[in-house]
Amino acid sequence: MSVETPVAYDSKVEGNVIFTKVDAAINWMRGNSLWPMPMGLACCAIELMAASSSRYDIARFGAEVMRFSPRQSDVMIVAGTVTYKMALAVKRIWDQMPEPKWCIAMGACASSGGMYRSYAVLQGIDHLLPVDVYISGCPPRPEALLDGLMKLQKKIMGERAIEDQKRELVENL
Amino acid sequence: MDEVVNKLEARFPGVVLERKEFRGETSLTIKKETAREVALFCRDELAFDYLVDLATIDHFQTEPRWEVVYELYSMSANIHLRLKYTMPEDEPEAPTVSDIWPTADWHEREAFDMMGIRFKDHPDLRRILMWEGYPYHPLRKDFPLEGKPSETPDVAFSEVAPLAGGPFVTAPTDGTTQVREPRARHLPPEPPKSKFLSEP
Repeated sequence: MSVETPVAYDSKVEGNVIFTKVDAAINWMRGNSLWPMPMGLACCAIELMAASSSRYDIARFGAEVMRFSPRQSDVMIVAGTVTYKMALAVKRIWDQMPEPKWCIAMGACASSGGMYRSYAVLQGIDHLLPVDVYISGCPPRPEALLDGLMKLQKKIMGERAIEDQKRELVENL
Repeated sequence: MDEVVNKLEARFPGVVLERKEFRGETSLTIKKETAREVALFCRDELAFDYLVDLATIDHFQTEPRWEVVYELYSMSANIHLRLKYTMPEDEPEAPTVSDIWPTADWHEREAFDMMGIRFKDHPDLRRILMWEGYPYHPLRKDFPLEGKPSETPDVAFSEVAPLAGGPFVTAPTDGTTQVREPRARHLPPEPPKSKFLSEP
């Protein structure tokens, strides 16, 4: 079963029955209910707020449940400039998020340090966390964030639910 | 304004080393040793009840290297006064005024953090912007903009930022602005980072 058609419907079987793989079903559920951890550190957070309010409505993609507790969130959206003083706090929150978890680096600063080529700013959050999606822009428009979210959903649909998403668990076994 | 400066000079003869007027702003360069007495006199007798700002300047490669600037304002008389004094390079130590104007507490902590000027008798001279344990004073002219590596376990670390030649990268020199801050320094271009090239 390919990624494009994760489910199959057989008209010969009576009732509302579809066939699918466990991986595809789990991925479908995970990808369409991503609960973000809004790591708003600078002006990107304003666009993040705009994306979650009615005009852009991130709820259309099932990611409207901003969780301010890392224990309940699936995707950390690092929105803004990560200073060295803040960096280990971000890492600590990331470590508190349960697997499976993903990371979106929103905007130039979170992706690469942006215009802050400076002694005080971490040059990209990927120095500390594994980033799945980078979003360009300073700050990115809400559409760009939604596009990044859709890219992440696409990526999740292509993953093997247990082996890829619970990597640390599998390695420790 | 003249009245205020005359009062000050009458009370502390010889303390005012230089008086400068620029666009209605009065700056007095005073002796560091009497800075506290002058500050107290300014607050109590001349009614400068508000310390607007406390700044420090690094005159790199000239002696004396350090300069402290106090911006005073009198609410009742509606006048500003600027007090300055200098310190030699090997002795960046200034008297605190945090007991005279409480707002100076955090200003002096910032000056200590960024410029490494120690304020004698300050009640709590800790870093205020950088983290405890950071070994440098980043606003000094001989500190590179890209930073230096440091490591404070469990608190923070820092690495050198890739500057790629500019723009507006300051060089530690006493030259003019054009020498000090060219629009760009010519370095070989960096290859694009692979992390931005692939797409899932």
